[in-house]
Amino acid sequence: MRKSPTLLLAASLAGMLLATANGYAQEQQKPAEPTGQELAFNNAKGNCLACHMLPGDPKAVTNTNIAPPLVGMKARFPDKAKLRAQIWDATKANPMTVMPPFGRNLILTEQEIDKITDYVYGM
Amino acid sequence: MKKTLLAILGASLLFGAISANATPEQDRKELLDYFKHKSPNVKFDDYVNGAFIYNADALNQYNSIMEFPPFYTVVDQGKKMWETPFKNGKTYASCFPDGAKNIAGRYPYFDEGLGKVVTFEMALNSCRKANGEDELAYDDMGTMGVLTSYARTLSDGMRMNVRVEGAKAVAAYEKGKQHFYSRRGQLNFSCASCHVHQAGNIIRTEYLSPVLGQTTHWPVFRGGETLFTLQKRYEGCNKLVRAVPYKSGSEEYNDLEYFHSYLSNGLPMKASVFRK
Ligand code: HEC
Repeated sequence: MRKSPTLLLAASLAGMLLATANGYAQEQQKPAEPTGQELAFNNAKGNCLACHMLPGDPKAVTNTNIAPPLVGMKARFPDKAKLRAQIWDATKANPMTVMPPFGRNLILTEQEIDKITDYVYGM
Repeated sequence: MKKTLLAILGASLLFGAISANATPEQDRKELLDYFKHKSPNVKFDDYVNGAFIYNADALNQYNSIMEFPPFYTVVDQGKKMWETPFKNGKTYASCFPDGAKNIAGRYPYFDEGLGKVVTFEMALNSCRKANGEDELAYDDMGTMGVLTSYARTLSDGMRMNVRVEGAKAVAAYEKGKQHFYSRRGQLNFSCASCHVHQAGNIIRTEYLSPVLGQTTHWPVFRGGETLFTLQKRYEGCNKLVRAVPYKSGSEEYNDLEYFHSYLSNGLPMKASVFRK
């Protein structure tokens, strides 16, 4: 169980956490059509930055060390559908994970998950 | 004869039930070992400093704020509330042994007569009621919160000493334990996810405090000014994972506080402190 961080792949965490460091996402967010990056940063949506570093995106402000950094994603997930599945419900691959099941628990819509998957896959 | 047999049977069933689960003391020791292993350099007493133990800068900031706490006027106001006699001329101090010095660390306790967990805040309300006063709302930071910001300082330095004895007390403790370890909310976290497994890690920009020492220093003043009682914090942490919070003063939270406080046994109390 203590080893689980290495198993915790991809995206994000707790919503409404720490308003700090979220200014960027809120400032940039156009309510109509948020981008994958905006969805990933927004603490009411993906909130990936609560638990993942995103070293490939200079706009990402976080000091977290909870889950592995989102980097080299194409090498880690040759099959993009597996990355999407991980975001949709990480507890399937690892029941002990603290990664919220974004699809299963309706935290994000299917379309939002697609956008975040695309964004993260480019990291 | 029949009675004795039943009593023996009952006792052995009970014994079986308890030894099947861990005892409260086993739970506490197990967590103590876990955190010792995780952070060998943290001294036991320092766990009362919560997330600051993981961040020297934040601890320094805490120490300097605590030299001249910006919230001392609020604690002063609590002192006035504490000392102002009820209409019948008695005071809160008359309801507790030794004027309520070194008492808060014995709360919550399980009251066999009432059949439920009694928090320090409930004892303050019982005192009011016994003296013909209206009770204060548990979620009212401006009355109950302020009152405790002084009343609890009377127990500063005492070591947390919560007891869980007898089948009913153990059952209440187990209910609290279940709340603590159950995943909840849309985001699917248990208290333990953040305050045991991820304690010491950084969530976005914030260190997560360990469960040890989480109950010794209430209320806190967040940002140096906003008063939070322990159960108000439970509400906040339930909401964080988008779970529907319970009410301050609910049996659910009282049982949680009972379990939660037992884990801090042996740690020194210090009420009314700064938190981020
Ligand atoms: C998503 C992670 C998360 C979950 C789940 C969570 N908390 Fe918290 N909790 C935090 C954060 C962040 C803080 C503020 C930083 C700190 O002190 O840990 C906090 C603070 C606290 C504090 C204050 C500590 C102090 O010394 O000021 C207590 C007490 C607490 N949580 C109890 C609980 C309980 C009980 C639960 C379960 C009902 C819970 N938490 C669930 C993230 C969480």
